[in-house]
Amino acid sequence: MSKHHDEREEKALRSGFSRRGFLKGVSVTSGALGSAILEEDAQAQTAGRLFGPSAVPITLNINGADQKLTVEPRVTLLDACRNHLDLTGAKRVCDRGTCGACTMIVNGKVVYSCTVLAIDVQGKKIQTIEGISQAGKPHPVSVAFVNNDAQQCGYCTPGFVMAAKGFLDRNPNVTTLEQVEKGLGGNLCRCGTYVGVRKAVLEAAKAMKGGRNA
Amino acid sequence: MPNYSWPPMESRKQIGKRYRRVDGIEKATGRAKYNSDLNKPGMLFAAMLTSPYAHAKVRSIDTSQAEKMPGVTAVRVVAPAGTELQWVSQEIAFVSATSEEVARDAVRAIKVDYEVLPHVVREEDLSKVADRAKPAGEQVTGDPDKAFREAEVISEGMYGIPVLTHCCLEPHGQVVEWKGDQINYWPSTQNVTNIGPDLAKNLGVPATQVKVHMDHIGGGFGSKFPADRWGVECANLSKASGGRPVKLFLDRATELNIAGNRPSAFAKIRLAAKKDGTIIGWESSSWATGGMSGGGMPPIPYVFVNIPNRRMNHTAVMTNCGPLRAWRAPNHPQASFLTCSAIEDLAAKLGLDPMEVFAKNMQWVAEARRDSYLAQLKKAAEMSEWSKRWHRRGDSGPGPIKRGMGIGICTWGGLGHASNCRVTIHPDGSVIVELGSQDLGTGTRTVIAQVVAETLGLPLESIKVNLGDNSYPPSNPSGGSTTVGGVSSSSRIAAVNALEKLFEKVAPALGAQPDQLEAVDGKIQVKGNPSKNLLWGAACKKLGVQSISEMGTNDPRNPRGLNTQGVAGIQVADVSVDTETGVVTMNRMVAVQDCGLVINPRLAESQVYGACIMSICGALMEERIMDAKTGRVLNPDMEFYKLAGIGDIGEILVDLHITPENDKRGVIGLGEPPTVGGIAAIANAVANAIGVRVPTVPLTPNRVLAALQERRA
Repeated sequence: MSKHHDEREEKALRSGFSRRGFLKGVSVTSGALGSAILEEDAQAQTAGRLFGPSAVPITLNINGADQKLTVEPRVTLLDACRNHLDLTGAKRVCDRGTCGACTMIVNGKVVYSCTVLAIDVQGKKIQTIEGISQAGKPHPVSVAFVNNDAQQCGYCTPGFVMAAKGFLDRNPNVTTLEQVEKGLGGNLCRCGTYVGVRKAVLEAAKAMKGGRNA
Repeated sequence: MPNYSWPPMESRKQIGKRYRRVDGIEKATGRAKYNSDLNKPGMLFAAMLTSPYAHAKVRSIDTSQAEKMPGVTAVRVVAPAGTELQWVSQEIAFVSATSEEVARDAVRAIKVDYEVLPHVVREEDLSKVADRAKPAGEQVTGDPDKAFREAEVISEGMYGIPVLTHCCLEPHGQVVEWKGDQINYWPSTQNVTNIGPDLAKNLGVPATQVKVHMDHIGGGFGSKFPADRWGVECANLSKASGGRPVKLFLDRATELNIAGNRPSAFAKIRLAAKKDGTIIGWESSSWATGGMSGGGMPPIPYVFVNIPNRRMNHTAVMTNCGPLRAWRAPNHPQASFLTCSAIEDLAAKLGLDPMEVFAKNMQWVAEARRDSYLAQLKKAAEMSEWSKRWHRRGDSGPGPIKRGMGIGICTWGGLGHASNCRVTIHPDGSVIVELGSQDLGTGTRTVIAQVVAETLGLPLESIKVNLGDNSYPPSNPSGGSTTVGGVSSSSRIAAVNALEKLFEKVAPALGAQPDQLEAVDGKIQVKGNPSKNLLWGAACKKLGVQSISEMGTNDPRNPRGLNTQGVAGIQVADVSVDTETGVVTMNRMVAVQDCGLVINPRLAESQVYGACIMSICGALMEERIMDAKTGRVLNPDMEFYKLAGIGDIGEILVDLHITPENDKRGVIGLGEPPTVGGIAAIANAVANAIGVRVPTVPLTPNRVLAALQERRA
C-alpha cells in the first residue's frame, strides 16, 4: 500500500467510514448486496475512501458504552462481538442472514449481525442480549420465554428474545398468534420450541404494555 | 435395604410438578456459556481445508505458503498425497492462527492437486447406482406366495424418504488446550463422560490426562458422541502451538456436509389383505443410503411386527456422501413412514377408515403394547375430531383447498442407561448433586433437581445440580432416550442413600431409630409423630464438620422398578393442501404418547411439541439435495436446507397418556419416540386430502403438483 493510501486511510479513520468506499476497495458493487438500506446509508456518507485489508481500530457503541477494538474490515458485527468483546449471547449459526440466532438491535432496528460489517455500525446504537436486562433484572421477554418453556437447547433463544423485543418495541399492541408468527418469522429453531415462543411473545406483549419495563 | 421406589403418585410433592427449567433464565438472557462461546486467554482459531470433490485422490499437497503466513501457528495435513477422498468436505488439513480470518486465509493458501474419480451420490433410482448396490439377502417368514394368492385385495405402493441432516444450531466443534500432560477439552457433546477417553485414545495418551467440561450444548440429536477428527486435530494444533487453547467449530456448510445425517429409505411395498382390512401378507423391496457405509433396512413392517407371511429384500447403496450418524430414533421415522403409508393406501383402496384398519391390525402388534395403542387411537381420534373431519380419500369437496387427515405410529425402548450420581449434604444444609451427564435441552438438570428435592423433602431451589464435567461420577451418553431413566434413578438412589446417613446422625437427637424417620417439607420427623422433628438446617448441623457424600447407581440390568422401557404413541395430522400451488399447510397435529412416570409434564410436553415440529420439517421441507453431476450438496446452508418456521406449524395438541398404570411402570425415555410417527401422519393426511399418494417426502409443492398431474394424466 502506498504512503498516499496510508494517509487517506488515517484521515478516513478520523472522519468515519464509507461503505461505498469500502465496497469499491474490495471490488463488490453495492448493487450486488442489493439492500435499499445499504444504498441509503452509502449515499448519506462521503464517497471514495479505502480501508483494510489489515486490521483497523474502530469504536462501537454497544449497550450504551463505547468499545474500542481493532478488526479487519471484513469482520462482521457478530464476530466482533463474539471474538473480540466476549459478548457471546448472539450465536453464529447460519452465518448468512437466514436463521436469526445472531439477532441484535441497531438504532432500533432488528438486524442479523452476521450480515453487518462491524466497521459499518460505528456511531450507531447497538443493543445485544447482554444489554437488555435492567439492574440485573431479566427483560420481560426473557422471563416470558422461561415461563412458557420457549427454549430447549437454547442456542436460538437469545436471537429469538432480541427479535421478539425488537418486534414488540415497534408493535406494542400485538395480541394474536398470527401477528407473532409474522413478527418472528425471521428466526429458526431446531429443537422445535415455537409453541412456547408463540405464547411467550404474547405474554411479554402484555407485560411490556403493563409498563413493567421501560 | 433402603426403599428406593418412587413415592406413590398421590403423595408426590416435587415429581410430577410443572416446574420451569432451572437453567431457563441463564439461557434466555444470553448468559449461558456454550463451549462455542468460550474465549480463553491467548486462544487461537483453527480452520479446515476439506475436499471439494465427492471422490478424488490427493496427488500432492503444498502447505508452504500457509505456513509462512503471519499469524499462522501450526498446519497439519490429515490427507497426505495418495489419500482417497470419499465425499465432499472430507477433512484434508487443519490450520491454527491468531484470528479466524487468518486461519481461513491460510486454508485458502494450501495448494492441492487432485485426481478426480467417478462418484455416485444419488440413490433414489436404483438402476442408476451402478456397482454401488449391495443386496442384503432375502428374508422370508411364513408363505407369502400363498398369502398373495389368497388375498381378497392387494395394495401396492412406492415410498421414499430422503437423507436429512441433524443441522444442530451449535455446530460440532470444541476448544482444546494441550499443555504438558494436561488436556483441557471443551467440546459440544452428548457424551461428557466418554468423549475424553475417545479423544485420549486417538491422541495416544492416557484417558486420565483429558479433562472435559461442558455446561450447555446447542443441539445434538444423535450426532455428537465421538471426539471426531476435528477434535483430535484441534488438540494436535494446540500442542504444536505451545499449548495455547485452540477453537474450532465447523462452519455451516461443513456441518451440513459431514457432521452427520439420517439415512434415506425407499421401498416398494405390497400388502395382501382381507376385505375388512386385515393384513395377511407383506412384501417389500427397500433400499437406503447413509454414505459409503450404505444404509440398513429400517425395521419394517414397523410396529405391526407379527404380520404373517413376509418377504423382504433390502439393498444398501454406497454413495460418496458424508457419513450417517444416529439421528433421533435411528431408522424409526423411515420405518413408520413406509409402513403407515402402505397401510393408509390399503385402507383407501378398500374405502375403509384407516382408524379402523390400524385398530384391526393391532393383532399383529407386540402384546404388551396392544392395549396402549388401541386406547391411544381412540384418544387421538377424539383430540383430532377424527369422526367429524375424516373423509374417504380424495372426497374432500369442491374448491382448490383440500383438507385431509392421516395417522402415524411409533414405538421405542427408552430404558435408563448406566448412570452414577453423587449426592452431598453439607453441614450447612446445602445439597449438591453431581453426574458426568449432560442436559441437551431436554430438562435433565431440572428433573434431577425434582427427584432429589422430592427425596429429601426440600424445595427445588435448595438443590444444586452439577452436570457436564468428567470429574463427576460417570454417566452414559445421552442417546436412545436413555438419559431421563438413568439419571432420575441414579439420583433417587444416591439421595435415598444420603438421607439414610443423615437419619443415622440425627436419630439420637429425636429419640428414635433411623428407620423411623422421614424427610418431609424441610424437616426430619418421626413417622406418625411429626411433632418430633428437626428443621433441615438443624438436622444437618448434627453432621459437625463432616459432609455426607453418597453414591447412587442405575444398573440397566436391574433398574429396581425405577425405570423401564417400551412405549407406544399415535400421531394424527390434519392438513390443508392447495391443489393449485401444491402448498401443504398444517392445521393441527395430535400426539398421544405414553412415557411411564412423568417427572415434569411441562418439559415432557416440550419434548413432544419439538418432536412434532421436527416431523413437520421432515414431512414438508427438509431434504439434503445432492447434485449428481458435481457430487456436491446443493443446499448446505439454512436458506435452502429448509426448517419449519414459527408460522409453519399449526396447532399442536399433546397428550402424555399419564395414567396410574403407566406411572407404575417407572420412568421411560421420551426424546425420540414422538419424532417417529409425524412424517407418516402428515404424508397420509396429504394423500387423504388430494386423493393421490405423493410417493416421496418432503411434500414440496413440486412433488404435490407432480402427483396431482400424474393422476389427471
